[in-house]
Amino acid sequence: MKYAHLVWGNLKRKKLRTALTLLSILVAFVLFGLLCSIRQALVGGVELAGVDRLVVRHKVSIIQLLPESYKARMERIPGVDLVVHQTWFGGVYQDPKNFFMQNPVEPEPFLTMHPEIILSPAERAAWLATRTGAIVGRNTAERFKWKIGDRVPIRTPIWGQRTWEFDIVGIFQGRDKGTDTTPLFFRYDYFDEMREPGRGRGLVGWYTIRVKDPSRAAEIARLVDQEFENSPAETKTEPEGAFAQAWARQIGNITLIVAGILGAVFFTILLVTGSTMSQAVRERIGELGVLKAIGFTPGQVLGLVLAESCTLAGLGGGLGLLFAWLLTLKGDPTGGLLPLFNFRTTDLLIGVGLCLVLGVVTGLLPALQAMRLRVADALRRL
Amino acid sequence: MSTMNDGKPGDAGLVRIDGVEKTFRRASEDVHVLARLDLVVPQGEFLALMGPSGSGKSTLLNLIGGLDRPTQGTVTVAGERIDTLSDRRLADWRARHIGFVFQLYNLMPVLTAERNVELPLLLTHLGKAERQKHVATALAMVGLSHRAKHYPRTLSGGEQQRVGIARGIVTDPTLLLCDEPTGDLDRKAGDEILNLLQALNREHGKTIIMVTHDPHASARASRTVYLNKGRLSNEPVS
Repeated sequence: MKYAHLVWGNLKRKKLRTALTLLSILVAFVLFGLLCSIRQALVGGVELAGVDRLVVRHKVSIIQLLPESYKARMERIPGVDLVVHQTWFGGVYQDPKNFFMQNPVEPEPFLTMHPEIILSPAERAAWLATRTGAIVGRNTAERFKWKIGDRVPIRTPIWGQRTWEFDIVGIFQGRDKGTDTTPLFFRYDYFDEMREPGRGRGLVGWYTIRVKDPSRAAEIARLVDQEFENSPAETKTEPEGAFAQAWARQIGNITLIVAGILGAVFFTILLVTGSTMSQAVRERIGELGVLKAIGFTPGQVLGLVLAESCTLAGLGGGLGLLFAWLLTLKGDPTGGLLPLFNFRTTDLLIGVGLCLVLGVVTGLLPALQAMRLRVADALRRL
Repeated sequence: MSTMNDGKPGDAGLVRIDGVEKTFRRASEDVHVLARLDLVVPQGEFLALMGPSGSGKSTLLNLIGGLDRPTQGTVTVAGERIDTLSDRRLADWRARHIGFVFQLYNLMPVLTAERNVELPLLLTHLGKAERQKHVATALAMVGLSHRAKHYPRTLSGGEQQRVGIARGIVTDPTLLLCDEPTGDLDRKAGDEILNLLQALNREHGKTIIMVTHDPHASARASRTVYLNKGRLSNEPVS
């Protein structure tokens, strides 16, 4: 710490240059934060998937429906603990831009299957007692200012031309920050009864199976698919994570895209900061020579230059991460398209690590140059 | 061999140069700067080292200050051979034994006068309060206590050199090496610096070796030696 004023003084030497470099680093780290949040929003479901849960869908495509009668047959397969189904409702509230997920489910097994959905006992009881009842995530409830007791109209082009009405009986919270609190869940019995004839009565979208022993998941997936082999609706069973990944892959390999953009950004920042540091050291070769003459060791000179580059990267990167965190604090900026949009602590820590790497990498060459400097040569250049 | 021994018989001297040669390689040619040189500087002496440009004065000063190593011969200061020390140990040795005063002051422009003076103390184990006390004493000795918070750019050349001297003496070094300390100053400011160096030598017993090409400056020293074409003599070269 006793060298802090020396490091800080050197950074203040060319104020404009330091400010512009700081700004470049700051922008890069804001971008890092936002891209990590977008990636998390798009592929977060994969990481949050339960290891003991399998998803069973139609072998041809996710949009093909499966008979509701499959549920009982799946429950009979040894090792299967619980089976629930969901169906894509695809409705909008008032305006097509007000899109969010709504799925019909069987309340009791569904809540047992998904302990990450937190509902009060009173809300749970109300849902079981109300045929038109629906529970909605906190995010969507806040977005449309819905409260318990409201009746909300939702239109869908998939299940008939009528407007569906649901009574909000519960507003659920997520168990952790990564839980999606945008969907609305309503009762399957109401959905099935109100579907227009010819619109798939008795059919459901996909099943989620909870297995008793996660280590037997692959074997049970095979047994499920064997059960429905050669039937009109053959199945494809996969871990919930793989299922979520398949959804995300409809956009592309998000992680690769994000890594590509960030790679380009950081490479540029590396050049900008590296050039600033090299220039800063080149300009004061004589001063470094004086420091060595009065007794600074080669290691101390190396440390001083590295401390300077790390301060620059730490300050710019730290501010960038702070801004990114503030920008993502309010959650999904798209109003429903990116429900899991948040800047995870893990990504924040990776960002801090990147600051350090940036500081060391950009400072290392000039620091080595300063360390190897021969005092007599440096003093001659004054 | 050129020999300059002013020590008493049997006196090893504070600085002892024995058979020192220095050769630089420029392009594909060897340039012999110092030729088998011997010199003894006793404790408490104020030695002026004179000679024309390129005579090897600064090279000799660099060898005594441990900034460079001789091609041949030995350099002993305060009983320790320094030509065989590693870079790291040499840096530690300089911090403990040598104070430098440069022609162009060489202050850090981003630090105030007191912070500049404090620099060599950062290499010691002194705490902040003790460092401040030493800095205040050094600045008082050069008469610049009232300019402690000023940056070098706001000081005159003479004042900057006095800050440079304060930085050189703040650790109370064994030896003060001055490379043309008045070379960039007018006569009045130069005289003030020479008065200061003389006072440090006479009143505080500081051993000083000063490189200069100014006879007016060398007249203040207790002894003057002349260097010409890498050889020492007691008489100026015509």
